[in-house]
Amino acid sequence: MTIVLTVILGLVVLAILGVATSRLQAGRVLVYGGCLILCLALLVAGIEALSAAPARLALPIGLPMTGTSLRLDPLSGFFLALTGLGGAGASLFALGYGRHEEEPWRVLSFYPLFLAGMTLAILADDAFAFLFGWEAMSLASWALVMTHHHDHENARAAFIYLLMAVFSGLTLLLGFGVLAAGGGGYGFDAIRAHPPTGGVAATVLVIALIGAGAKAGLMPLHVWLPLAHPAAPSHVSALMSGVMTKVAIYGFIRIVFDLVGGAPAWFAAVVLVVGGITAVMGVLHAMMERDLKRLLAYSTVENIGIIFVALGLSLAFKANGVTAGATLALTAALFHALNHTVFKSLLFFGAGAVLHATGERNMEKLGGLIHRMPRSSAAMLVGCLAIAALPPLNGFASEWLLFQAILLRPDLPQWGLKFSIPVAGALLALAAALAGACFVRAYGIIWLGRPRTTAAEQARETDLFSVIAMMIFAALCLLGGILPGVVIDAVAPLVQGLTGARMERQLQDAWLTVAPISTARSSYNGLLIFLFVLGSASLTAFAVHRLASRGVRKAPPWDCGFPDPSTATQYTGDSFAQPVRRVFGAIVFRSHETVDMPEPGDNRPARMTKVTHDVVWETLYEPLAGLVLWIGTVMNRMQFLTIRRYLSFVFAALIVLLVALAVGQ
Amino acid sequence: MTGGTMIGGTMIPDLIAQLAQMAVVLALAPLLTGLVRKVKARIQRRRGPPLIQPYRDLKRLLAKEAVVAENASWLFRVAPYVIFACTWVAAALVPTFATNLMFSWSGDLIVITALLASARVAQALAGLDVGTSFGGIGASRDVMFATLAEPAMVMIVFCVALIAGSTKLSTIAEYMASGQVGLRVSLALALVALLIVALAENARIPVDNPATHLELTMVHEAMVLEYSGRHLAMIDLAASLKLLVYVSVIICIFLPFGIAVSGAGPLAYLAGGGAWAVKLAAGGIVLGIFEMSIAKMRVFRVPNFLGAALMLALLGLLLLFVSRGM
Repeated sequence: MTIVLTVILGLVVLAILGVATSRLQAGRVLVYGGCLILCLALLVAGIEALSAAPARLALPIGLPMTGTSLRLDPLSGFFLALTGLGGAGASLFALGYGRHEEEPWRVLSFYPLFLAGMTLAILADDAFAFLFGWEAMSLASWALVMTHHHDHENARAAFIYLLMAVFSGLTLLLGFGVLAAGGGGYGFDAIRAHPPTGGVAATVLVIALIGAGAKAGLMPLHVWLPLAHPAAPSHVSALMSGVMTKVAIYGFIRIVFDLVGGAPAWFAAVVLVVGGITAVMGVLHAMMERDLKRLLAYSTVENIGIIFVALGLSLAFKANGVTAGATLALTAALFHALNHTVFKSLLFFGAGAVLHATGERNMEKLGGLIHRMPRSSAAMLVGCLAIAALPPLNGFASEWLLFQAILLRPDLPQWGLKFSIPVAGALLALAAALAGACFVRAYGIIWLGRPRTTAAEQARETDLFSVIAMMIFAALCLLGGILPGVVIDAVAPLVQGLTGARMERQLQDAWLTVAPISTARSSYNGLLIFLFVLGSASLTAFAVHRLASRGVRKAPPWDCGFPDPSTATQYTGDSFAQPVRRVFGAIVFRSHETVDMPEPGDNRPARMTKVTHDVVWETLYEPLAGLVLWIGTVMNRMQFLTIRRYLSFVFAALIVLLVALAVGQ
Repeated sequence: MTGGTMIGGTMIPDLIAQLAQMAVVLALAPLLTGLVRKVKARIQRRRGPPLIQPYRDLKRLLAKEAVVAENASWLFRVAPYVIFACTWVAAALVPTFATNLMFSWSGDLIVITALLASARVAQALAGLDVGTSFGGIGASRDVMFATLAEPAMVMIVFCVALIAGSTKLSTIAEYMASGQVGLRVSLALALVALLIVALAENARIPVDNPATHLELTMVHEAMVLEYSGRHLAMIDLAASLKLLVYVSVIICIFLPFGIAVSGAGPLAYLAGGGAWAVKLAAGGIVLGIFEMSIAKMRVFRVPNFLGAALMLALLGLLLLFVSRGM
């Protein structure tokens, strides 16, 4: 507990020092180096808290009369460790990457504050401290999104982000208000002592889903995420996607699993379906995206969907008293949250490296970087394979656990769940396959092939700090995949606290096999699969080279006899996505293509036009924005009234309120 | 039962059985491909190449030097071995002549599906590596097929797993062989879906044509267009292995009769192996006849075909969730 408090204080001090030293070279080293050390401390403290009894602390600061209470229990320990891990990686990356920042003072002071806000939100044990940390996190990250504010797009992104952050914060404020009304207090202990029931509980659950979901990026509240995450500097994008969305997940788990203590079946069904749709829509958007960082942001939306499916499944099992299932699904959710932090941070680091090396985020202007940035491209390959849920990496391990949870008990009594669980399973499988296609495209167009511009041709490998950060995270992707039992065992006490049961210890099984229910039912051994694939590949390569042939002749590409030196003849991101767009796009994006083919003898070029629509934005947000504008225009008249009229408005409002009070009583 | 209980007196025979499995699938895979080709040739009233022609092709390719495009990266040269290894490990996990082989617990049917997906991703990436238009066309179409075939496969796995109570192929095979299943609507739906998926995954007619050399219709062949020599041999062998994996999975789930149980002894293994070989040959013949009796589809008709598999499997799964008896 004291370590975590010291970390928060240290981060605040670093923020102040960052303001003072931001114009010096040393400022960057001081801030990022300091953040790195503090985040490592946070990681250690979080891991220790996973298996320790809850520790509490009441501070006499904050709201008068109540003060601030903090609590370090296994749940917050897990998410603190996650914050520490993501923060340490981003800080290490930024030690090198931050050098390229043109206006470092716009980053250096807000970066530690952002980390401090997230830490406080996770550590909080009352609504005030939680919301204070939550809003600090939102505001600091808003300032970071505004770093490159000269770009009009970024300013717009920051504005939409701020709107959605305010919406999310206010929704949660309302939720805590409803919670506090039942037990008479904003402290989490008081709420736990008087959990809401019936309609009040339902209100709180829906509010938690909307409030935390808006911050995490659930459809249709995700619109800010693909705008804001890419606008920030890459190490901040990594933190926002890798860690901040997890704080939102933490908020959801804390309110729904801990404070309310479970949810009815209909709510679980809603979470399942919303999560499944979010996963598929997110990855489909990612598949169509040309901007690498926006692609990664949409893929974050997908992974948030997967985590919410796991959480919904856990709630469904919990509502029916199937504790083994609830435990397995919640473990899968936490494991996937950890995995997403690791591989999404890695991928954003890689995007930053590419951005620095070429000045480009548009994949249509890249290509062939594997030759010029060999180390970054190797790390990125691991990240892309991990996020595509391929064995033996970590993304597969958590999705495998989730699939096992889906298969556990099909005979839940509620009809809503009978349909929503298999449908969510199908959506998950679809999302996993689409993620594979999406990251083949991202890796193949950007890192493989031939360079499409001179910028890509002249790219240079990024700096050492960034490469080390990427390598460490790539190694973590592999470790998480081959030793899933370590993570499952580590989160067991925390899951037990929330569902009342713990999974069997996994590490005692021979060869570190993972068997979530029983080995007769299903088991997976990532380590062995990894060793098998590695062993048989190298053995075969050795045998072939030794016994058959080893000669290599370099020659121009074959390409069926028509190799073209122009790089424009390669597949682009758009052409790669075209088959998938044709299959899914007509429904999801209302997309269509028109081909304008000139008559024979006509010399003008043929043209193909494709139109895609962002359906959520056009059907939900544009009408909403139009409505707000309309109200604003109508209300504009009220700006130019005389003082008499304003006073009569006040009087009228008073009367209305008095009448309402009288009627209410 | 995990590896811990296996270590002991039975370890050496178990290890031998497992290694035999890996060797047998590898040795038989080109033969199956040769058989399918032979059947197709016979239906076309050609004599066709001899059954062992795929072995000769492999030998010839292995002995040749590999021609690699000048701008190919290391990924291009590593990918064939990765594709082969992933497919081979997947094949090692499928119970062919006996269930519960030594390492069968290290991965279930979901892992097998995912290993094959890994091989596919490696192949698509290798197709994009040289930066040619054919590599791109093959890779983009192949991943489009995969976005429908893989979820369909996962749904099929779900269907079968819910009925057998396990995702482990060994347990599924033992359950199905025990005859307690009876007729099930969802199993029938899963079988049809699995057949469609298997055709698509193995680049068979009507989805793709393994013998095509018309550029615009190629999918799998377009991806491997730049490969030659030993690299091509590895990819061809992996393709043969993949066909064997899918036929074996279908056999193992829907026709597991005669399969031996682990530790049953060499004689039972031999009997199981014989039964499996007969079923495999039957599968190859049926596939050859089917391929000859249907025309290849246009690329953008394939999503409808695969979408049908996805919907059938999902329907089967929904039936199982609604009623255990279906």
